[in-house]
Amino acid sequence: MSQINTFVEAPVLTADDRDFEVRSLDTMCVNESHIQHPWWYNFKYTLVGIIFGIVFVKAEIISWFRIQEMFRLQSFHMYGVIGTAVVVGALSVFLIKKFQVKTIHGEAIEFHPKKFNKGQIYGGLLFGLGWALTGACPGPLFAQIGTGVFVIAVVVLSAIAGTWTYGYLRDKLPH
Amino acid sequence: MLETMKQPWPWYVAGILIGLIVPALLILGNKHFGLSANFRHACAACFPSNINFFKYEWKKEVWNFFFVLGIFGGAILAATLLQNPDPIVVHPDLSKDLAAFGINDRSGILPKELFSFESLFSVRGLIMLIGGGFLVGFGSRYAGGCTSGHAIMGLSNLQWPSLVATITFMVGGFIMANWILPFILAL
Repeated sequence: MSQINTFVEAPVLTADDRDFEVRSLDTMCVNESHIQHPWWYNFKYTLVGIIFGIVFVKAEIISWFRIQEMFRLQSFHMYGVIGTAVVVGALSVFLIKKFQVKTIHGEAIEFHPKKFNKGQIYGGLLFGLGWALTGACPGPLFAQIGTGVFVIAVVVLSAIAGTWTYGYLRDKLPH
Repeated sequence: MLETMKQPWPWYVAGILIGLIVPALLILGNKHFGLSANFRHACAACFPSNINFFKYEWKKEVWNFFFVLGIFGGAILAATLLQNPDPIVVHPDLSKDLAAFGINDRSGILPKELFSFESLFSVRGLIMLIGGGFLVGFGSRYAGGCTSGHAIMGLSNLQWPSLVATITFMVGGFIMANWILPFILAL
């Protein structure tokens, strides 16, 4: 093999790579696409969101009562929803990887492994406390406003303030 | 058909549809399912305040705002066209416990006694709405994701850190709902 004696060049970090590093920091959902599209292409995600929003309301996932029942082990409903979603999601990811399914724009679908840090424990506990208080995780909050409970806009603003505070304190917190 | 759709949908219908959002977003444009990142992008767009954590090209993630816009719109559609005419069914034990704290409204998916602008001016409402929202925003970012990012996308991609996060979400929820919330509701 002629490659043995050649030096491997260190990958050059472009501004784009560095931006991705910051963008994907502490964040599960990121845009992995490298293609630039006109802004209105994003409306396809609005369509997916509309279906999601209808399901949220009709399956009562955004109900404070359902969340209390889940944490009090009084109902199987939420466990059934999340459990089924994970099974369907995992099967989909498996098939996408196995058959190297491409996006509708012909791009390869990318996955990046997530690293463990202590934030997943401390942050997770704090999130759980908030989840049981408000009866909503971030997605349902927006759906709750849509059903006409406008006071939830205050909860959203408070959540943005919480996220900002995390960003402000990030270097001082154990990770 | 329409009458059936107005009734609460069973868990398996909801679970399958939510699970399918994972491949839908991936195939539509290499997007990983998640929602709490919206709060971060909102900070990056409006108040970056020279904090490194908010200094990135948030415009590359605007798709997430469009996604949330859809959730909001979908909820409006469901609440107007597919509204369930019946009161919400609540487990009798929970209903009895809540009645003891004066929470008797079953007309909507959220009890009015807790989720209204009047409630915001009570200690109980302030803790639940402002405090709860703050914990959701702070905790989800500290954990690196929320229920959709970790519990659904992360577990679907078999990431063990996401399993850790999902378990701690549940532990936090159990502690709050069973041991702390009764004291807050009594305020």
